[in-house]
Amino acid sequence: MVKFNSVFDIIGPVMVGPSSSHTAGAVKIGNAARHLYGKTPEKAKIHLYGSFAKTYQGHGTDLALIAGLLGFDTNDQRIPDAVSEAKKAGLTFQFVEEHTATEHPNTVRITLGDSQEQLELVGVSIGGGKIEIIELNGFELHLSGNYPAILIMHNDRFGAIASVTKILAKHEINIGRMEVNRKDVGKEALMTIELDQNIESDVEQELQLAKHILKIVKVVN
Amino acid sequence: MFRTVAELVAQAEENNISLAEVMIQQEMDIYDLSRQDIIDRMDRNLTVMEEAVERGLSGVESHSGLTGGDAVLLQHYMKNSQPLSGPLLLDAVSKAVATNEVNAAMGVVCATPTAGSAGCVPGALFAVKEKLNPTREEMINFLFTSGAFGFVVANNAFISGAAGGCQAEVGSAAAMASAAVVEMAQGTPEQSAHAFAITLKNMLGLVCDPVAGLVEVPCVKRNATGAANAIVSADMALAGVKSKIPCDEVIGAMYRIGKQMPTALKETAEGGLAATPTGKALAAQLFNKQGGSVSGEG
Repeated sequence: MVKFNSVFDIIGPVMVGPSSSHTAGAVKIGNAARHLYGKTPEKAKIHLYGSFAKTYQGHGTDLALIAGLLGFDTNDQRIPDAVSEAKKAGLTFQFVEEHTATEHPNTVRITLGDSQEQLELVGVSIGGGKIEIIELNGFELHLSGNYPAILIMHNDRFGAIASVTKILAKHEINIGRMEVNRKDVGKEALMTIELDQNIESDVEQELQLAKHILKIVKVVN
Repeated sequence: MFRTVAELVAQAEENNISLAEVMIQQEMDIYDLSRQDIIDRMDRNLTVMEEAVERGLSGVESHSGLTGGDAVLLQHYMKNSQPLSGPLLLDAVSKAVATNEVNAAMGVVCATPTAGSAGCVPGALFAVKEKLNPTREEMINFLFTSGAFGFVVANNAFISGAAGGCQAEVGSAAAMASAAVVEMAQGTPEQSAHAFAITLKNMLGLVCDPVAGLVEVPCVKRNATGAANAIVSADMALAGVKSKIPCDEVIGAMYRIGKQMPTALKETAEGGLAATPTGKALAAQLFNKQGGSVSGEG
């Protein structure tokens, strides 16, 4: 699988230093978490693994993850001041250094939420500021954030996938890549669909009402 | 889409276009963007690189105090003495240092291919610029050619110190710069590939062992000699020296070495220079000063 598609993955991003994987990549993972959650969380617990756990202070990985949760971009000059920015935004956070081995050296698990809603995701920073979200609420996935995408929680029943693809086909929206993962047979499952274009809100509403669909999150690019 | 350096070179030769042009056309095809959009975006990256060098040459210091000010020292030495390695080479070194000093100070840089290795490409580019007097377009092309080679490395091996050691990071950056120097100096695509191979061969096995886990010691100086390595290897290739091991096989060797490298030597700050008595003492000093990890609670 080609992980780097663009010359600007190599010559770029424009970013606040000092590390593309430990700073810029961390901003992007934080940003992805915030986006999937849909708003600034009140609380975040951030578990760091591998090289992230060993060197996060030196690289400003902690500041970068918080900056991402606050919605800052990789070149935002407020990144060094992320702690005071978090206080202003009402975000409390905690870092935990984990010692278990992970497949990728730069791995982070973020649990975030407020009194109503929780979200847990695992992200990896694969180098040069590129990231992948590999787990969401316990479901495996491969989300790069490079393309528009929709994440759909659905019941693991026959026809669930067809009901979604039928709606996309009707609106002439092409699927670039898709995957389905479930924890147990017949329970909840997660569909991840990367698209060639962002979907409009009417399509989103139609999907929301489709058979066996529980929840939709749109990743805009 | 080209997947190897051999394919990249073949596409340039068969269509009688530059390596930069192969990269531009591929980017246009994949993203369905206009040529102007792509050139403009790279132009902005070039501006970021120019600004970082300028800022570094005016003098910066990192939060830790471990790095900063060496770019100024080098420029001063060049103006007041006769550098043994020649003005061009030392200019490349000082501009690479300038970029990485700004990066270490949490300033804005353009990752090439990473932030920790952001000095090699602009260091080499802005030094040969003084000699070759390129147009703005040729400078932008320098970045596309660098990017084309980096693209192959990133998809066939790795470009981060955490994944493959410094050879993957500064090694790739220096080799990318070398290939682009050859093209700017009117060398052939094949000579670019040889320059890339020669540079990377001389970086193989280089570990990632940052003191205190900071992208400072030895990262800034490795970018410095990475830029110098790029220019020396480019000259070798332009002279007609060839790499006996083909470029793609050198990248393959770098990948296997990176896989065999122990975790202690891959950006964990547990081995190499980080584990020297002075390295450990510096780390202890810094983390006492900074008072441990940040927390938003209490």
